[in-house]
Amino acid sequence: MGEFKVHRVRFFDYMPSAIRTMAFNSRSERLALARADGAVELFNFADNYFQDKVIPGREGRDTEALCWVGRRLFSAGLNGEITEYDLEKLRPRYTVAAFGGAIWTMSSNSQGSLLAVGCEDGTVKIFEVLEETIRHQRNLARQKGRIVSLSWHPSGTLIAAGMMDMIQIFDAETGQATHRLLVEKRLRASKSVEVVVWSVVFLSDHTIVSGDSAGKVQMWDGSTGTLIRTYLVSKWDVLALAVSQDERSLVAGTSEGTVIQFQFLSTVDQQPEEWIRTRTFKNHSHDVRALAHTETAVVSGGMDVQLVVRPLLDKVERNTQEAALRKIAFPHRNLVCCAKKAGLLLFQFPEHLEVWRLGESDGHAGRPGDRLPVKRKPEKLIELKRKGEDHICCSALSPCGGWIAYSTVSGVRLYRFQHNNNIRISKVSRLPKVLCSVQQLCFSSDSSKLFASTSHSSLIVVGLNQSECKYLNTLKPKSDSRQPVHLLAASDDGRWLAAANTDCEIHVYNLEKMKIHCSVPIHSSCPTAIAIHPVTSSLVAVHADQQIFEYSLELKEYTEWSRKLQKQGLHSLWLERDTPVTHITFNPRNPAHIVLHDAFMFCIIDQSLPLPEAKAVLYNQMTLRSLPESDRPRHSHAFKICKSFQHLMCVSLLDDHSLVAVERPLQDIMCQLPPPVRQKKFAT
Amino acid sequence: MAALYEGYTLCGLVPSQNLANSGIRGIEEERDSDHVLVTDSGRSVTLHKVSDQRALGSWTVKQGQTLTCPAVYNPQTKEYVAVCDNKVIRIWKEHDVVLDKAFKATVSADVSRVLCVHGAEPVVLFQRGAVRLLDSLLSAPQQPIEEVLHQDEVIRWSISVMAETQQFVMFTTEQKGDHFLYLQRLNPNTLQSYRLEKEEPGLSPLSFSASYRDKHIRLLYLYPNGCVYQSVVSVQGLGADEGAQAVPLPRKLLLTLPVGEGRLETASALLLDEAHVAVVGVPHPSAGAGNDFLCIWNTNFQTLQAGKEMGGKIYGQLWTYSNKLLIPHAKTLSVIPYECPKSSLASALGKLRQIQTEESKPLLMVPSWNNILHGEAQPSKAMETRRTKTSRKTLSTSTLSAEQVLELVKTAPAEEVQTEVEGLLSRLDMQITQPLIAQLASTLVSRSLADAAFYSSSTLAQLVHTQCLCHSVCPDLVLLALERKDYFLCQLCLQFFPDIPEVVTCACLKAFISIPDVDAEKVTLDPDSVVFMETIMSRDSGQGGLQNGFSPTFMEGDHSDTLSGGGAQSREDEKTPTPPAELTCPVGLNKAVLLNEVLKRACNDNFLLPHLKDLSSQHVFLFLQYLHFLYQKYSQEPSRQTHGVKSLNLNQIMDWVCLVLDAHFTVLVMTPKAKSLLHNLYSFVKSQVRLVSELGKIEGSLQQLNKMKSNKDIGQYSIEVIELF
Repeated sequence: MGEFKVHRVRFFDYMPSAIRTMAFNSRSERLALARADGAVELFNFADNYFQDKVIPGREGRDTEALCWVGRRLFSAGLNGEITEYDLEKLRPRYTVAAFGGAIWTMSSNSQGSLLAVGCEDGTVKIFEVLEETIRHQRNLARQKGRIVSLSWHPSGTLIAAGMMDMIQIFDAETGQATHRLLVEKRLRASKSVEVVVWSVVFLSDHTIVSGDSAGKVQMWDGSTGTLIRTYLVSKWDVLALAVSQDERSLVAGTSEGTVIQFQFLSTVDQQPEEWIRTRTFKNHSHDVRALAHTETAVVSGGMDVQLVVRPLLDKVERNTQEAALRKIAFPHRNLVCCAKKAGLLLFQFPEHLEVWRLGESDGHAGRPGDRLPVKRKPEKLIELKRKGEDHICCSALSPCGGWIAYSTVSGVRLYRFQHNNNIRISKVSRLPKVLCSVQQLCFSSDSSKLFASTSHSSLIVVGLNQSECKYLNTLKPKSDSRQPVHLLAASDDGRWLAAANTDCEIHVYNLEKMKIHCSVPIHSSCPTAIAIHPVTSSLVAVHADQQIFEYSLELKEYTEWSRKLQKQGLHSLWLERDTPVTHITFNPRNPAHIVLHDAFMFCIIDQSLPLPEAKAVLYNQMTLRSLPESDRPRHSHAFKICKSFQHLMCVSLLDDHSLVAVERPLQDIMCQLPPPVRQKKFAT
Repeated sequence: MAALYEGYTLCGLVPSQNLANSGIRGIEEERDSDHVLVTDSGRSVTLHKVSDQRALGSWTVKQGQTLTCPAVYNPQTKEYVAVCDNKVIRIWKEHDVVLDKAFKATVSADVSRVLCVHGAEPVVLFQRGAVRLLDSLLSAPQQPIEEVLHQDEVIRWSISVMAETQQFVMFTTEQKGDHFLYLQRLNPNTLQSYRLEKEEPGLSPLSFSASYRDKHIRLLYLYPNGCVYQSVVSVQGLGADEGAQAVPLPRKLLLTLPVGEGRLETASALLLDEAHVAVVGVPHPSAGAGNDFLCIWNTNFQTLQAGKEMGGKIYGQLWTYSNKLLIPHAKTLSVIPYECPKSSLASALGKLRQIQTEESKPLLMVPSWNNILHGEAQPSKAMETRRTKTSRKTLSTSTLSAEQVLELVKTAPAEEVQTEVEGLLSRLDMQITQPLIAQLASTLVSRSLADAAFYSSSTLAQLVHTQCLCHSVCPDLVLLALERKDYFLCQLCLQFFPDIPEVVTCACLKAFISIPDVDAEKVTLDPDSVVFMETIMSRDSGQGGLQNGFSPTFMEGDHSDTLSGGGAQSREDEKTPTPPAELTCPVGLNKAVLLNEVLKRACNDNFLLPHLKDLSSQHVFLFLQYLHFLYQKYSQEPSRQTHGVKSLNLNQIMDWVCLVLDAHFTVLVMTPKAKSLLHNLYSFVKSQVRLVSELGKIEGSLQQLNKMKSNKDIGQYSIEVIELF
């Protein structure tokens, strides 16, 4: 196979922001997740937990609550506004001010007709959900102290509101408070410290479950207003609660990073059922701020930035892929763009972009396993701050390194970048008007064109030359999908452009004729990476279910190799990986090689070699190394997997045949987090 | 573990209107610890028999007078002494009915308290700190009383302590928030004052308790923040600096009791024995916030041993007389029996099997009217002794109660004891009867020691087999068995007792090794260990498989070339030692089995070594030979080490070899016949040293390997070469 020189890059200081809240839509099996920087991410649980959509954040949008109403997603935050998101254009659709100070919580009734928000000034405001917008209907009786949590009774007639030191139950029709449940302070706490009821859940049998800052999970009888049961679960706060749809299981997240499950069981035969504390999960090091209870799993997230999907083993079949714990720490999209010809790296942060030039070793090649002396260190060429309040949603660096483009929800910016001797960057003014809201950007391989995707999966082609840029064409797919394009790939010869959208469609356009060439047959799973082969002009696509397809653009059919692969099936270990392949490139020296990577490995697929049998060892590099050269061909197969690089953000092959592996070790992220709550450990 | 038992009411109380105090001024012991004298804060003194819950007598002073100190009983004169209206001392006898007619004397100063301990004269403590013997005071009642204390100093608590023959009066005072302890010795009179260390400002001790032991008076005091301190005052060398300034009194924090929110208001701590403190009025750490608990704490291990909720208001008063706590609460004075067995770490942690020492007799339960009236009455001890032998026989065919068996063990012949104990053991549940078994064993042992004719080997063996015994419960058992040459029992004890001290182990070793082989073969022993030893002795040593190709003979053969520069001389010697294949066991089978039991015991080298020195040189040689034999067997056949828990292992053998060599090195060097044995051991050590040095060489390269791995510290950027196959 051969030797590679690898630039092992660890200076990408990517820091995901903390998870604030989440909402699970059990009908569409989508999880919406809001981060501290205001970004909202959507995960498709039905499709291998693929993060298919990201709505970039905005300065000052401190999302505190997310709420699904049907297929519509609402958020509310400390800026006092309620926002509905446009999930097709990946941007806020409209924003309504609640005029009640910061909004701490939001909840919709089960009919999906009303939204209740809890405000800093002590009011619960009810909004009517209309076809296109929401409208303020009325306020419930105003209370002293902020409303921190809200929950509707499934019948829609009652609302429970968690406040300071108490829980109020409102009659949703009259707006009057019917019960007041006082929450006890922590034992030995001073009188002045208030208990914050961080979370309430109103169950259909009129049980109210509350989690508070005194570390208690309490079950109340909502019809009489009496306390049924108290569980002291934490020395710190109970921050989040979530209940399963059948109301037989409940989870509570604490500041200690634990998630505690309660189940509605009868302990002794014939006894009435009651809520019993059953399991404790400790998958987080920091506060668990957000929780969701799906049918089979507990989804939790918090300060330690990871999303954890913990399957409940009584709900899933053991020893299946479904029963595996998943930790999602890295985005399922590329934040790194590599200029292959120039040896530059573009790092995308929400607030800024960084361009780095890779280092160099002195010419002589080392033996495998060596680390070459670095003659020239890598250097950061520029740091480009974004303009406006919106965070960057996508960016691109042209292969020659001469152009940088980025986009926010409000607009696109294009820069001319000179990096040879003296570094100069100049903004290209007078961009075509059509470039306003863009979800993906991509340069052609000769850097003469910029492709941008806009609404309705259509693509805009902009021509670039030294002085100006001008609008060339708009490419539209034949289908009437309204979903956004999340992947773009241009072929090296400049003939083809492929675009994949979250409806799982992949359209290929002929750039010479400026019209659609074909659509790849739709696979049930969303593509996570696509690329067009520079020599054979076939499209390689990897999907969220880890399937790999190769589609010949000339013949408009799957290639022989792809058919063989589908017929034989992929190796089970390949299918069990839990991070999607996020990038594909090709080896210009050997057209049979496909380079692709996920977070924990990169793989070179050699199409000339036989595919691994089901019983063969997939990760066979160590075995091959130990064999004498003559025996290797008998044991080798097409998948050359290297796991010596971990937490990969990008693997790319430069034109000088050296690999770039951008790593972001999880420990580096963890050590930048604030210290967790102090916990007594033995002998400390 | 200490335990609190079900209590009962001694008498009702008439607390003051606002429940501020219990209405009891004090409780004092009367003629024995079963009789107490309860003085209420009004006018009356009542004598109670505690075990009967019965008042035996009551005396009242005239209307308008009040008793100002608890009445005490002077056992020497069989008189009661009380003080009313601070200045009038009253003395009366039990048959006096009307107090007004009894003797009275008026003194010139206010009396704080009359104190009396058994075996000493009553002492009068005046409110200004002066102390007088009652007799000398009564001889001249109007004598002038000096003022010892400062103007605003008041006595808070006082006690009289008997230290051997010396009587002491202790009292604590308070002056402007400072607390002092005065220790007054009588005859000759000296007074020493101490200043108590200050706790947080504003806190003054809630209660004091004192006891005398080992020439020291231990003072225990409880502060409202839950801290229990102990100060120790030596009673010797007192009086050297009489009249000097108050000496600061060093203190030690014994316990920090959980106090919940706020401070304790009415609480009391009482020393029960050297390790236990009874505390009342302090919340139970695992039960809510209420203060109405009576708890026993172990101060050595800071563990809560027993707790009991007392209903109603607690007044912070607590007395103890002979394993009974007297505590006024709500409107009753309750008696709570307790027991505090000797504490050990194991029992404090709950690790020890429930073994109770022989001192803790089963507490006599309060007789209930039901039992007395409707049969099921336990035959009293008096009846038992009077019972004729025949009637006992008939009873024993049915079933004897535990108490009856206990009683029977003291007198009955060995056969009967055996059958009864057997019967009892088969009837009873092991968990409950552990204290009983301990008692049975200790009774049997003490009887056997006293009566040379009596010895019931099988009964004792049976008791040891229950595994409820340990050495500390009946310390004489092992030595008794040795004395009676009951080697089987010795073996059992060595197997089952976890706590045999080294001195006893050594005594066993000595006894075993000196048994003549002829005698030894007659003994019947635990068949398992005999079989084990038989296999060791019978198996031909040459047949054993080699572990990892290790061959001791080979090692011995070639190491001299590399190690000793001495050359040919030593090589010649190397050939001479007897080849190990010829080894025969130097002791008989049963003797070997017994010795194995000693070897298997866990022991501490430091404690064992001095006792090992007592062995005679002959025995040492024999023992070493045996150890060497075992070692050879084991090293030839390494698989032996994995025979099971009950078998010896090589480490134990090696430890003992080292110990014996340490203890008798010079003797062995001087003994000619030990020479070859020592030589064998020496060559073994040499081979071990060689092995270790070889391992040392490997260690260097292993560390280098480790270093190569850790070298791979990846910085921010590196260019690496990888190869894919």
